[in-house]
Amino acid sequence: MAEKPLLVAKIRDGTIIDHIPAGRALSILRLMGITGKEGFTVAIVMNVESRKLGRKDIIKVEGLELRPEDTDKIALLAPMATINVVKDYTVVEKRKAVPPKVVEGFLRCKNPNCITNQRNEPVKPRFITASYDPLKLVCDYCGLALTFDDIARQLESRP
Amino acid sequence: MLRGRDIISVSDLSRQDFEEIFRMADEILEAPERWSSALRGRIMATAFFEPSTRTRLSFQTAMLRLGGEVIDLGEVEKSSIAKGENFSDTVRMLDSYADVIVIRHKLEGAAKLAAEIAEKPVINAGDGSRNHPTQAMIDLYTIRRLHGGVDGLTIGVLGDLKYGRATNSFIAALTKFRIGRLYLISPPQLRVRDDTRELLVEAGIDFKEVQRLEEVVGELDVLYASRIQRERFPDPSEYEMVRGSYVITGESLKGAKKNLTILHPLPRVNEISFEVDSTSHAKYFEQAALGVPVRMALLKLILVG
Repeated sequence: MAEKPLLVAKIRDGTIIDHIPAGRALSILRLMGITGKEGFTVAIVMNVESRKLGRKDIIKVEGLELRPEDTDKIALLAPMATINVVKDYTVVEKRKAVPPKVVEGFLRCKNPNCITNQRNEPVKPRFITASYDPLKLVCDYCGLALTFDDIARQLESRP
Repeated sequence: MLRGRDIISVSDLSRQDFEEIFRMADEILEAPERWSSALRGRIMATAFFEPSTRTRLSFQTAMLRLGGEVIDLGEVEKSSIAKGENFSDTVRMLDSYADVIVIRHKLEGAAKLAAEIAEKPVINAGDGSRNHPTQAMIDLYTIRRLHGGVDGLTIGVLGDLKYGRATNSFIAALTKFRIGRLYLISPPQLRVRDDTRELLVEAGIDFKEVQRLEEVVGELDVLYASRIQRERFPDPSEYEMVRGSYVITGESLKGAKKNLTILHPLPRVNEISFEVDSTSHAKYFEQAALGVPVRMALLKLILVG
């Protein structure tokens, strides 16, 4: 069977994030802090067929190496994603986006009575990953759980 | 080993920790005078950001009976908090004055935050709607004294199973033991939360959720009652509808086992009628009295081992 033509050209050096749930690519770019003004060549493919996911998004960024904290954030929004590091047109490293055991700082507890939601207290929200599939994070202070939908809603509504 | 540890949530405690506290409480009850200078020279700070009668007084009594001293933050309205001082700074101050800090707060996770800030051990005397670990110690100790142990018993928990910190801690503590069966008796609005249900399943507890005490009263060895608060119901008429079903009366105890024990973390408002007080089932005042030796045991174990 003839291979489907590639929608986007191969990249030489950079990162490919594959198996992103359909429709989330733009949110992920935003989480990574990529606005387009950084000068990276970025290709986004959305809603393509996927054996694993039905439909999926793909991001290719020429010249970018991901920092560990970026991988953490990607994992929270796309726990199925695969991160491919490309050097000289070859994938040299392939890793799964695995949510970190402890998530500190960038998510908020949804319990208004949680101490982490007090403006006047020097405390960073901290969550422990209680389950990976489906993703569930539990507030280390009050014990309330964030579901995948809660997490996605928070991360996607960021300005 | 409890020495130097924070007591924040029942989930941090093992069955061995409970047993250690129970044995110490037994020793204290046997010869209270022997322990009257066990904590001489030690200072306990109590900081209650929310009203409390029994918990605050029994902690203070416990410390004094062990020969220790007590400092108290006093009413929040009259302290620096009224001037806008935050919780974290208040904890830092207490940490520099006292050897152990006892905290009650309306916000969930306040005690945990205090424990992270303070170098001295922090004891959670109730925060938010989930954690009241020392109440659970007292509840189980009372059951152990009356029934010889907790394992194998059929236990009913009645009332507000969703927001009640005492019921939540009690249920969590039961998962450390091998009880016979657990009945969760509540109106549908106040059923246990999903995570509590998951905890029970994980612990392999045989439990059943029911709406009426009458359905199960004959099977119970222990009935743990709690208050249903009017403000939990968005619609006052819903509250009026369920209220009557959760009042324990002589009538609702017909068919109960002779040695059924009724416990209640107190204060009660009207959920146990006064006629029950004079029955052999009523053990809630005994339970409240045991608050002192159990908290003595805990303070002693935390401070000097």
